[in-house]
Amino acid sequence: MTDIVLRTENLTASYDEHIVVKNVNLSIPRNSITAIMGPSGCGKTTLIRCFNRMHELSPKAKVEGKVILIEKNHQIEEIDVYSIDPMLVRRKIGMVFQKPNPFPTMSIYENVIAGYILNGIKLKKSEADEIVEETLKKVSLWDEVKDRLHKKGTFLSGGQQQRLCIARALAMKPDIILLDEPTSALDPVATLKIEELLEQLKDTVTIVIVTHNVGQAGRISDYVAFMYLGELIEYGPTDVVFTRPRHEKTEEFLSGKIG
Amino acid sequence: MKSYHFRILKSKIISVFLTLFAILSTVPFLLVLYFIIKNGISVINWEFLTSLPKPVGEPGGGILNAIVGTTILIIIALILAVPFGIFTGVFLAEKGDSKIAFLSRLVVEILQGVPSIVVGIIVYLWIVKPMGHFSALSGGVALGIMMLPVVIKSTEEILKLIPREIKEASLALGVPYYKTILKVVIPAGFSGILTGILAGTARIAGETAPLLFTAFGNPFLNFNILKPISAMPLLIFNYAVSPYEEWWAKAWGASCILVVFVLTLNIITRLISKR
Repeated sequence: MTDIVLRTENLTASYDEHIVVKNVNLSIPRNSITAIMGPSGCGKTTLIRCFNRMHELSPKAKVEGKVILIEKNHQIEEIDVYSIDPMLVRRKIGMVFQKPNPFPTMSIYENVIAGYILNGIKLKKSEADEIVEETLKKVSLWDEVKDRLHKKGTFLSGGQQQRLCIARALAMKPDIILLDEPTSALDPVATLKIEELLEQLKDTVTIVIVTHNVGQAGRISDYVAFMYLGELIEYGPTDVVFTRPRHEKTEEFLSGKIG
Repeated sequence: MKSYHFRILKSKIISVFLTLFAILSTVPFLLVLYFIIKNGISVINWEFLTSLPKPVGEPGGGILNAIVGTTILIIIALILAVPFGIFTGVFLAEKGDSKIAFLSRLVVEILQGVPSIVVGIIVYLWIVKPMGHFSALSGGVALGIMMLPVVIKSTEEILKLIPREIKEASLALGVPYYKTILKVVIPAGFSGILTGILAGTARIAGETAPLLFTAFGNPFLNFNILKPISAMPLLIFNYAVSPYEEWWAKAWGASCILVVFVLTLNIITRLISKR
């Protein structure tokens, strides 16, 4: 039995009566990279937005079913994500968006600890310095920015901004980070850097990445889920799904017949 | 070939015309500036800025009462219009498609078109009549009402331009909605909101009509907001319609100061919004 960090039970999500995610049952293994792939509009983004309760921010959005987060501190604790404060959920499950979105009014330094600043969590200067340095090192941004930590984050390149956003999510020490097509706005070099980074990060955090790029899913993920028209068609270890897909639709998607 | 040259010629003629009109439309303002500076600059000196008016016939005297008055009136207007304006603007940007927002937007647009003299009369009925006398407070309220639509509109417009991703980034960090608005959304739109406040101040600084039945004017120095107070445009109006030549000169001097003040505000507004 693999060590599961997040599990959905009959998860169904809709916007204004229009069902976008249909009855999804998915278990995400701890400290791994799980890719969710599928053509545009198949519900993959909506699915991960249900994990950290961002979906319900959209007007007329509805969620049915369960999302269970399994925390392993001293003992194993199962948390029903929809039974606790969404603010708490979002601190446990971080998110990185498609377009790099550092806070425009904050410096690089402040952006990293933005989660603490905005939530009014007081940090000692030494603690803050430590979190900033450690987190920026984790996303391999430290050497590039250590001399200009107090400059605005928006002056960085797109790839650097995206790594800064990953750092901002990591600084809250979440169990999981969700990445919603994090490289779709980036050039191939910056994309490669992010992909390498994710490989390194999976020792400390579970990664769920949404991508419509089959190649990316194949390159970086340990597990892959294929979604089509709101349904989870196939889910399993990446090497198995990519070499011996069980479902016809998956094979068509992987070979480029649909997409 | 002939039609080609004709076409080029036509475009040239049109573009010369457009340039000409663009230049012509700056003429009225430049003339205003020229006359005001020509007639006003000679009156302005330290005494003019720092002393109170003297009776007709006595040389010297200044417009300190009006400068202090306009400052106090603007401060009262800002205290009223800025919080109301920003919060309404945030509401319109955030809940823009609700029924209340639709109604509120409509009312704000109508308010913007209400003649300033009418605003003065309304405030007269609301505040001056119940109190029984004219006051700086009522003048400030009238100016605040004039300013409100400008602040609301500029806040709404700038906040709509802030990418949704910025707000989502904050919410995704587990920051509650109200903190996201106060600490992320409003700061991100700060320069735009400030621009609106300055533009609103520039708009009301020269308003005369709403002050006629409210602030009323006062030849003495007054810091009490419950008493009548002078203001630059009121003083200019009273001096300009007086029969005394020396008062006309003072009206020019006061106009010059007012115009330079409004112009400076407008230039600062431009500089901020360009950034």
